[in-house]
Amino acid sequence: MTRYLDIGPLDDIPREGARVVKTAMGCVAVFRTATDAVFALDDRCPHKGGPLSEGIVHGTSVTCPLHAWVFDMGTGAAQGADEGQVATYDVRVEAGRVLLDTSRILRERAA
Amino acid sequence: MIPGTAERKTEKLVVIGAGMASGRVLEHLMTEAPGAFDVTLFNAEPRGNYNRIMLSPVLSGEKTYAEIVTHDDDWYAQQGIDCRFGESIVKIDRANKVVYSNAGGVPYDKLVIATGSAPFIIPVPGKDLPGVVSYRDLDDTNTMIAAARPGAQAVVIGGGLLGLEAAAGLALRGMEVTVIHLMGHLMERQLDPSAGYLLQKALEARGIRIHCKGATKAILGTDRVEAVALEDGTVYGADLVVMAVGIRPETRIATDAHLEVARGITVDDALRTSDPAIWAVGECVEHDKQLFGLVAPLYDQARVVAASLLGHEAAFRPVQTATKLKVTGCDLFSAGDFAEGPGREDIVFRDPGRGVYKRLVIEGDRLIGAVMYGDTADGGWFFGLIKDGTDISAMRDTLIFGPAFQGGPSADPLAAVAALPPEAEICGCNGVCKGKIVSAIEGGATTLDAVRAQTKASSSCGTCTGLVEQVLAVTMGDAFVLPTAQPMCKCTRHTHEDVRRLIKAQGLKSIPAVMQELGWTSVGGCASCRPALNYYLLSDWPLDYTDDRQARFVNERNHANIQKDGTYSVVPRMWGGVTTPDELRAIADAADRYNVPMVKVTGGQRIDLLGVRKEDLPAIWADFNAAGMVSGHAYSKGLRTVKTCVGSEFCRFGTQDSTGLGIRLEKHLWGSWTPAKVKLGVSGCPRNCAEATCKDIGIVCVDSGYQISVAGAAGMDVKETELLCTVATEDEVMEIVSAFVQLYRENSRYLHRIYKFVAKTGLDWCKAQVVADLDNRRALAARFELSQSVYRTDPWAEHAAPRERAKWQPLADLSLEAAE
Ligand SMILES: Cc1cc2nc3c(=O)[nH]c(=O)nc-3n(C[C@H](O)[C@H](O)[C@H](O)COP(=O)(O)OP(=O)(O)OC[C@H]3O[C@@H](n4cnc5c(N)ncnc54)[C@H](O)[C@@H]3O)c2cc1C
Ligand code: SF4
Ligand code: FES
Repeated sequence: MTRYLDIGPLDDIPREGARVVKTAMGCVAVFRTATDAVFALDDRCPHKGGPLSEGIVHGTSVTCPLHAWVFDMGTGAAQGADEGQVATYDVRVEAGRVLLDTSRILRERAA
Repeated sequence: MIPGTAERKTEKLVVIGAGMASGRVLEHLMTEAPGAFDVTLFNAEPRGNYNRIMLSPVLSGEKTYAEIVTHDDDWYAQQGIDCRFGESIVKIDRANKVVYSNAGGVPYDKLVIATGSAPFIIPVPGKDLPGVVSYRDLDDTNTMIAAARPGAQAVVIGGGLLGLEAAAGLALRGMEVTVIHLMGHLMERQLDPSAGYLLQKALEARGIRIHCKGATKAILGTDRVEAVALEDGTVYGADLVVMAVGIRPETRIATDAHLEVARGITVDDALRTSDPAIWAVGECVEHDKQLFGLVAPLYDQARVVAASLLGHEAAFRPVQTATKLKVTGCDLFSAGDFAEGPGREDIVFRDPGRGVYKRLVIEGDRLIGAVMYGDTADGGWFFGLIKDGTDISAMRDTLIFGPAFQGGPSADPLAAVAALPPEAEICGCNGVCKGKIVSAIEGGATTLDAVRAQTKASSSCGTCTGLVEQVLAVTMGDAFVLPTAQPMCKCTRHTHEDVRRLIKAQGLKSIPAVMQELGWTSVGGCASCRPALNYYLLSDWPLDYTDDRQARFVNERNHANIQKDGTYSVVPRMWGGVTTPDELRAIADAADRYNVPMVKVTGGQRIDLLGVRKEDLPAIWADFNAAGMVSGHAYSKGLRTVKTCVGSEFCRFGTQDSTGLGIRLEKHLWGSWTPAKVKLGVSGCPRNCAEATCKDIGIVCVDSGYQISVAGAAGMDVKETELLCTVATEDEVMEIVSAFVQLYRENSRYLHRIYKFVAKTGLDWCKAQVVADLDNRRALAARFELSQSVYRTDPWAEHAAPRERAKWQPLADLSLEAAE
């Protein structure tokens, strides 16, 4: 079951940037693209744990700040020669507010 | 009643609002079932239906009101419609089925609400002054026409469809028009930044001033409007202010009547409201959480309402709509959903020469969105593919070229150079423009060397060689074989050097402008070109360009060095390596207060606090600022440190005040952004205790003065500096070092340190620029100073400000949120 929580106004996330949401399972990076699409990914690069929220956003991809792996924010899959996957979360914008599907985050915590 | 005929009572239909939606409803009713209803039509405006979307041509003078009327008095009379124009409905009495205007009540059996929407007025001081108008109906249009005098000033607030149409119309009437738009680019709901950039350029070309990222603070004036003031301090004089910032559904009478209203009047698929005797249609409705602001879906709604009123089954299914701006000469088209999204892919085509941009968004095998500027001929075809959900996988490779594609050419890498005007400068060192090179080629100089010999282009630093070759290729066609050079990144075919020269030659001042004009093949660049472009623009247009923080590598964005575990290291500046007990105490206190796990002396004579959490950065900086310290830029592609020895002040060998000179240099150079990090060293005598001869710029003091040497390295490569010159005074050191840093800033490719830059351009060329040519040296130093007037500021002070601090915290904290 999905459970959307309001995590704040879209305007608090910079265009082509990200903010993090703290959870008991670690941080989730919430990205906003140049055209206001939003994506949510685990804020941990599968390579060596780099904070993806601090990467450079370009189009719908983000480049990890530590060793420049590139991830498709839609699928969480590493691009190019690298192999890896970051968990993604459903996120949407309604009336200027960002809603994050927290069912997985909270369920895992309960388990 | 004639005896024997079945008793048939004509139903009473009341329609509130004579706009574009209800006009269509009436047409359907009158053709499909004439006489089915006794119709009473109310309209707040003192006139009947007209084509509202044609108000812009009326404003610009291209059409008259008479030409846009859709239903005239004769038509209403023929249909037997009772017209109550200029009469607003103020109340709906649902229990008794009567609507009331100020003139009295009219009963209904069936009621249609078609009240459209009301313009949104931003609640700033002065919004009610005479001369402030919205843009919604004929009266607004006439007010604008009356106020428009050639040479008078108009400010349009809102750079969306309506605002821009108003702006273009007023400009055609000779007004000086400024558009203030809150977002970063025009029509952001329909266009992406690239198309927005092209639109802005086209509007600017017709004299309309555009101010993006502008927030209106107040409208000024005593008896009538005089000016508009923005949050950033800009003030624009105004004889007329048009507010076109948005609309909201006009739902007041529905709310008062306790109909279900969300953002608009809630309707079902048959456009019925929560009261089965009442329908609503047009911009005032909300269907399936969606509002409507364009006529195409309203016309579909009108068909459904008419059917439903007549008792037929019908359901409204919203379809995609396409947008077109009705400004003559600005061809743009957008349809479908072109936002980026999971699993979506883009196809981008740019032809800077013709000012064309096309972008298709594909999901799976379907086209779901399209944005086009400049050449919109294929818009309808793409729109069809979107609406029909056509499987496009078979034509994907050539889709962007449109239906007529016959296997034609792909994007031309030389287009950007071909598009340059003859006066565009190609070679900065020697001031040679494209036209001069073209005439040399036409006069027989058909090789690079011949062009060099005749025009001097590319004969100095050589960074424009690629461009000169491209001018040869463009001018000579196949007769010239273009050598292949390493492109800047996978998003472009241009080299770093070419991009730098083209930014200057074409006067490009933003990242979207560069990407469009130079034919970038990706949507938003990549992690390697975005920081480089940001640097080039900042270095070339220090006063015009606003730094794009999001195009910066994390260290520069957060003004601290990221460490392997995601914590940061913080280094306050210590001018020339000198500190004080007070500063040391402040550092020690901060280390205690923020539980800094390691405090370390760096190789650049400073103290590094390692392991600071991101959330703590603003607070720790604020503490350092309070103690009088600024950022050490230990993270930047910019000036880092000036290492010094003690020099003549204490050392028995010292010949000059090396510490004092180091401090002076650091205070002059700090804050500047450079292609890569820059480190200096100043030693007081040839014993060279500051190790100045393996720095980017090293100064060794000698009895007779100062030896300035450059291009050392002590990193991945280890290299000794080379002597640039020897000078007699400190002032000359200052001037030559500034000029040399500026030479490097203006000409190097991004991420090349000084030793690589000098290896490419040659030390002799650098000497010629900053030593021999005094005028040029002074000009370079002056340009450096100009740039420093903006950048010699402490970034910590800005980010540590209390209102900024929240941005360094998590957006939300769900760690204590209970599980279900
Ligand atoms: C300048 C301009 C340019 C536009 N350009 C385009 C375009 O290019 N393409 C496009 O698709 N769309 C365009 N639009 C939008 C389009 O005009 C609207 O979507 C459309 O007119 C909405 O139709 P409607 O019937 O819902 O409302 P309207 O056409 O606004 O009609 C509503 C009517 O109801 C009346 N009314 C309101 N309250 C009451 C009341 N209580 N009692 C009686 N009467 C009342 C109003 O006075 C108004 O006349 C443009 C709009 C404007 C203003
Ligand atoms: S470089 Fe010369 S002046 Fe400076 S500390 Fe060493 S010996 Fe003294
Ligand atoms: S940690 Fe992300 S690329 Fe290495």
